[in-house]
Amino acid sequence: MKKSVLRAALLGVSALGLAAVSAPASAAGVSACLITKTDTNPFFVKMKEGATAKAKELGVDLKSYAGKIDGDSESQVAAIESCIADGAKGILITASDTAGIVPTLKKARDAGMLVIALDTPLEPADAADATFATDNLLAGELIGKWAAATLGDKAKDAKIAFLDLTPSQPTVDVLRDQGFMKGFGIDTKDINKIGDEDDPRIVGHDVTNGNEEGGRQAMENLLQKDPSINVVHTINEPAAAGAYQALKAVGMENNVLIVSVDGGCPGVKNVEAGVIGATSQQYPLQMAALGIEAIKKFADTGEKPSPTEGKTFVDTGVNLVTAKPAPGVESIDVKEGLAKCWG
Amino acid sequence: MSEASANARQPQEFEKALSGSDTAVANFEVSERSGLEKVQHFLHASPAAVPLIVLVASLLVFAVIIGGRFFSAFSMTLILQQVAIVGFVGAAQTLVILTAGIDLSVGAIMVLSSVVMGQFTFRYGLPAPLAILCGFAVGAACGWLNGFLVARMRLPPFIVTLGTWQIVLAANFLYSANETIRAQEIEAQAPILQFFGQSVRLGSAVFTYGVITMVVLVLILWYVLNHTAWGRHVYAVGDDPEAAELSGVNVSRMLISVYVLAGLICALAGWALIGRIGSVSPTSGQFANIESITAVVIGGVSLFGGRGSILGMLFGALIVGVFSLALRLIGTDPQWTYLLIGTLIIAAVAVDQWIRKVAG
Repeated sequence: MKKSVLRAALLGVSALGLAAVSAPASAAGVSACLITKTDTNPFFVKMKEGATAKAKELGVDLKSYAGKIDGDSESQVAAIESCIADGAKGILITASDTAGIVPTLKKARDAGMLVIALDTPLEPADAADATFATDNLLAGELIGKWAAATLGDKAKDAKIAFLDLTPSQPTVDVLRDQGFMKGFGIDTKDINKIGDEDDPRIVGHDVTNGNEEGGRQAMENLLQKDPSINVVHTINEPAAAGAYQALKAVGMENNVLIVSVDGGCPGVKNVEAGVIGATSQQYPLQMAALGIEAIKKFADTGEKPSPTEGKTFVDTGVNLVTAKPAPGVESIDVKEGLAKCWG
Repeated sequence: MSEASANARQPQEFEKALSGSDTAVANFEVSERSGLEKVQHFLHASPAAVPLIVLVASLLVFAVIIGGRFFSAFSMTLILQQVAIVGFVGAAQTLVILTAGIDLSVGAIMVLSSVVMGQFTFRYGLPAPLAILCGFAVGAACGWLNGFLVARMRLPPFIVTLGTWQIVLAANFLYSANETIRAQEIEAQAPILQFFGQSVRLGSAVFTYGVITMVVLVLILWYVLNHTAWGRHVYAVGDDPEAAELSGVNVSRMLISVYVLAGLICALAGWALIGRIGSVSPTSGQFANIESITAVVIGGVSLFGGRGSILGMLFGALIVGVFSLALRLIGTDPQWTYLLIGTLIIAAVAVDQWIRKVAG
């Protein structure tokens, strides 16, 4: 490991030397790297699609890398090393290990590259030159507000189940979970922590690993805890689909409001079918396309992207998709959601 | 001739010493067993006893701590539903481990089979029953590949299935493009894919077809392993392949048949998985290999092959299910479940080593 770092660093230095000599000759030959968590998740597939299309349009040479599974940081480190060695101008990365990857990314920045975190902020967030992401807190807030508005007066007696991601509470999980509470009108206490709330409307939290199987099991567990659940917050749409199956098995699917985040095509279709009440749609294609533009601009002018007004990152937008708009909550309809969906 | 037989009735001179010797049949018992040795021998003779005792004990303890919310017909049958998939895959894993092998590809084969069943129906418009058969064929083919590499190429099972795990999983993602087929579409167009999701209710107890099939499958395999020639050969091959070969067992054909059967069971698990989650999802079942090995090990099946009961595997899977649900109802951090299951695994292997001393 150490050896390969050293070798990559050496290669990087020599490649940079070469690049320094040849760079002034022409602005052409800008190359960039896209490093995603996996290349199987439709979210990242769409991200790659967006980056590839934009790179082609701008004449940027794009190389894509991915971890084998979610959480595979080792492969991402190797990918960054390759990019440094390759003399790329910038890196777009969705980090699997948001803190652990920082030292390696620092090497890339030291080598003069622009580092942009896509979708997942690093820890600390300023370890990247910029972050292009969905406002996950807002995404959670939108579905929370929608659920509260839809229930109306009954919101004060709601029984809410939270189907979260993994036990380690990754930032995206915390933001969506706490965002929902904020939107619904629950005191979040420490907004950086799940589980310190004492609102009696919360039945409990369970983890789903973000898939159908986990969603179903978590829903079953929480129903055992309290069968009167009538609102379910889910980390993403596959977890929501799993939760729906669990509710259906006990004949409760029509009495419970399920909300989710993502906006993938199967998820939006589930909104259309009434499985999911509302979902906050995010835009991976946009993140990647903006990222490539930023790298191109940086290569041409040396200018780094600046964050959205009032936020610490560049907000790539989020919309609430629902077939039943609630008063006071802005949303788009299913048709528009389907036109913008990914995966 | 008659003279000879007359002589035979009378002991000859040199045989007289026999009358004074011990008449007992050859016996390996050298001395009286102590209490602990008796336990050791009992556990050696009935390998499913330890997990059964642990299962019953944990049920009782949690029933006392949590009460009716946990110890109800609904909760008990819910645990069965939650472990059904692991039970299927664990059955396949047990067969392989009994031959002193290991199969890391079980989960991947399961998912690929379910994806084939779904995609063949929806992408190519095949009738669903035919697509299901194709799924079984894929499962069997994957199993055959494992078996062929282990038995004919003589590669270690761990390495072979480490490889096929990656290959099958990658094939799954490449083929499916990670596309989920939604539950509503399956319900409308090919409900037979969700067959195992249907259920029978007895009062508040819910038995899905998946659960019933899993339990029946385990019972059938238990009978086959204990009361048929094929089953005894599985144990023989795992215990000592050379001795089995010398006794006339075609070891490599046995191994291939075991891996193919394991592949078929995984395909069945894939079908049951569609019933469980409603949809066809290429990302599910990622940890089924580890979960099945966990069930097998906690179930007291020896990783060295040739010893253990498939019923133990089912108890092992249920122990994990009981701990997961009970700890969640108590409201602990999910990490405690993993910590306790880890402890159980090590304890189970330690007990196995101790029991093995009887044989050694």
